[in-house]
Amino acid sequence: MEELYQLGIKEASELLSSGEISPEELLEAVLKRIDEVEDKVKAFVTVTKDEAYKRLEELKSADSTTPLYAIPLAIKDNICIKGVRTTCSSKILENFIPPYESTVTERLNNKGYVLVGKTNLDEFAMGSSTENSGFFTTRNPWNTDCVPGGSSGGSAAAVAAGECIGAIGSDTGGSIRQPAAFCGVVGMKPTYGRVSRYGLVAFASSLDQIGPITKSVYDAAVLLNVISGHDHRDSTSAPVEVPDYTETLKENIKGLRLGVPKEYFIEGLDREVEDSVKEALKVLQELGCVVKEISLPHTGYAVATYYILATSEASSNLARYDGVKYGFRAESKELLQMYQETRAQGFGAEVKRRIMLGTYALSAGYYDAYYRKAQQVRTLIKNDFDEAFKEVDIIVTPTTPTPAFRIGEKVSDPLQMYLNDIFTISVNLAGGPAISVPCGFSSEGLPIGVQFIGRHFDEETVLKVAYNYERATEWHKRRAEL
Amino acid sequence: MKYEAVIGLEIHAQLLTETKIFCGCSTRFGSEPNTQTCPVCIGMPGVLPVLNRRVVEFAIKTGLAMNCKISSYSRFARKNYFYPDLPKGYQISQYELPICENGYVDITVDGVKRRVGITRIHMEEDAGKNIHQKDGSLVDLNRAGVPLMEIVTEPDIRSPKEAAAFMRKLRTILRYLGVCDGNMEQGSLRCDANVSIRPEGTEEFGTKTEIKNINSFKFVERALEYEIKRQIKILNEGGKIIQETRLWNVDTGTTQSMRSKEEAHDYRYFPEPDLVPLEVSKEWIEEIRQSMPELPDEKRNRFIEEFGLPEYDADILTEERTIAEWFEECVRLGAKPKEVSNWMLTELLRRLNESGKEIHEIALTPQHLVDLLKLIDNGTISRNIGKNVFSEMFASGQSPEKIVQEKGLVQITDTSEIEKMVEDVIQANPKEVERYKNGETKLLGFFVGQVMKASKGKANPKVVNELIRKKLS
Repeated sequence: MEELYQLGIKEASELLSSGEISPEELLEAVLKRIDEVEDKVKAFVTVTKDEAYKRLEELKSADSTTPLYAIPLAIKDNICIKGVRTTCSSKILENFIPPYESTVTERLNNKGYVLVGKTNLDEFAMGSSTENSGFFTTRNPWNTDCVPGGSSGGSAAAVAAGECIGAIGSDTGGSIRQPAAFCGVVGMKPTYGRVSRYGLVAFASSLDQIGPITKSVYDAAVLLNVISGHDHRDSTSAPVEVPDYTETLKENIKGLRLGVPKEYFIEGLDREVEDSVKEALKVLQELGCVVKEISLPHTGYAVATYYILATSEASSNLARYDGVKYGFRAESKELLQMYQETRAQGFGAEVKRRIMLGTYALSAGYYDAYYRKAQQVRTLIKNDFDEAFKEVDIIVTPTTPTPAFRIGEKVSDPLQMYLNDIFTISVNLAGGPAISVPCGFSSEGLPIGVQFIGRHFDEETVLKVAYNYERATEWHKRRAEL
Repeated sequence: MKYEAVIGLEIHAQLLTETKIFCGCSTRFGSEPNTQTCPVCIGMPGVLPVLNRRVVEFAIKTGLAMNCKISSYSRFARKNYFYPDLPKGYQISQYELPICENGYVDITVDGVKRRVGITRIHMEEDAGKNIHQKDGSLVDLNRAGVPLMEIVTEPDIRSPKEAAAFMRKLRTILRYLGVCDGNMEQGSLRCDANVSIRPEGTEEFGTKTEIKNINSFKFVERALEYEIKRQIKILNEGGKIIQETRLWNVDTGTTQSMRSKEEAHDYRYFPEPDLVPLEVSKEWIEEIRQSMPELPDEKRNRFIEEFGLPEYDADILTEERTIAEWFEECVRLGAKPKEVSNWMLTELLRRLNESGKEIHEIALTPQHLVDLLKLIDNGTISRNIGKNVFSEMFASGQSPEKIVQEKGLVQITDTSEIEKMVEDVIQANPKEVERYKNGETKLLGFFVGQVMKASKGKANPKVVNELIRKKLS
């Protein structure tokens, strides 16, 4: 048998409910694994060992048939959990303990999960490598000299390293899918509005979405079942019915139309990544899908559009960290100086860069040229997808242009770093659901991901394609050796 | 040169909802600092605003009362600036697409009717309060998130007097609707004024200044008068008006420069991404329209037409909805409208003023007044005694019958009883009788007074008058 820490949610649940393993055995296996490999991986900002044992005690009197009963999960450290330090990997929130619970973790609680820790991220989810964390950089379990991707790098690395059974991340421009691809796991961004953002510390409110990072597509469906649905505390969450994704993903995909956007197979796309994705398309064709080339003509504007809108919203969202009410404060005799010192010392370089970019884009005299124009382009990008989905059911692309890069390789060049999200950003701008699934390995042994993009609120088809593809391949069965 | 003032007002009205605009915290005034707060209104990380439906309803009500177009699609926006009492670092307000636009309010000044355009009405959240102490500053966020309505007028106002009349009319409308208590001194109604002057007869606007911190109805007029004089003086001396924000100083009775146009904030407004656009259905607007109370202008006109009241009476009676309704209740109970109006305008309003009470807080009921008028009408008591009874009723809330009976105030109309008193008075004042008989007839009043005194006011004055004339002729 596999080591217990290697289990996914589905297998672990089956073993638990058949009584073959106990909740204590499972938790201990995971915590022991954390003890063994965390020094190398550095996935966690906080490991909640004591709380986890306490939680197991609580669960003894709880319903053991809930879908996440006694399942140890890791939560990205920008999602608020009552009484547990939530830092956003920022010095400015280093000691912040929220007195409230996010809707997502409340829903996970109701279904019996056990929190094992809060995972590292690029500060305030701004980055693609966790190198922007205010504390430390997480390592890629497949090669610890490489980044795990970001911003949900801690969650993806924890899942890949067996430091949890599954995890939750957040995705603003690819922050779930890109690290999932880099770490050889499954990562899904649901449709904007599918999952409540209440308790997710905002980076860019109109783009942020919480989603699962797991060892299998089925596990992603299990978590999505739990966290989806309308929430009266989030006005942007949609009152749309949630199907049972674990059932719908089993349907076959014969005759499904897959679109491959020509704009995504460009210069800069790694040869091995391109080959892997093309290989995946062949597999899907063999499963009965019809593949055709499509066009998303405004793709080239996505990165620029994203970096105007996301930074504009961020410049406003991060204004509350002013040293007045909570978090870090640089003591000073004078108000303006207190503000300036608090933010100068509390925020890292990338966060400051984005606050400045966003402040500029919203300034009087520049608003029309930047923010308003970017909103207009965003509509064009969304229209591209709407048009494409008249002809196809799913769009297939590489998740990232390259496999994981080396730590330090891109820190000095923010633009190069931004281009890492070139294939994931458009989806956030358009708002639809997308998943990244392992589809191969580079010659260096680094994982490669393929991305399936669906229509708004059509997570069913996305998961269905991903599940059928996963069952036809072996990539997801490989485990990183540490 | 003769100058004309051009004034536009920006009014902030605190709404009388039970809870805040984006969370469930109470809006109650005067609680211990930071006790009416939650993660949402103190701007903790990751929390989200949820719009209070009541606030929208109140704004629509106000818009309808001010003849505005109600937008079926409006948006919230963020107004970004740093201040310790602003917990999120931005205020959620409306900017490009407000809920109400293009309305008007009619006012009457010195008998002349004027129409003041309403540019827009929008919803927003209030900030908290900084409390400065010797050893530092504290922040109270109880008020953060209390719903406000901002009402912006067109530059249609031409004098401080018109501005004050507009503010009073606005207050009346808001109180009729029950959306704001209209208390300027306590800050639930706040007024900023944009003022400029131009040579009379010209159309082009002069450079304007914005006057802030006008915190009473009295000061609306005084602050504007000062500012207009100041601007005229500058122009007369060949100077130029600087576009700036000025602060009204109550102590000096002047306005002082606060910040210039160059120092003005760049608020970096952009659509609030945490709230979806606000869509208001025609059905809902219609529902709200149906639930609207009769408005002051309509009520006033009806009082004139239906009850034959003079304009003056109708104006005063309809200034407060509760007063108007009190009046109508009296009429409904059978009293003559003009009679009721006379008593309310003199006795009742004076006593309300003196006691500082609102009409719904007093023990006196419309039925009491109606019964009192009946007692006067059927001669049980005189009008003068009636005033005493009224005073008693106001104080104790007892019925007039009871007061009249307990105090033995029933009017004496029995001629023989009065005759005896008249004779006593005549006997006791031989000198005055002499003078009267010698033609000093104005002494009649003296005799009447003496008799009334002897009867402790209970004698029917008409009868007394007749009897004295008869006896002395």
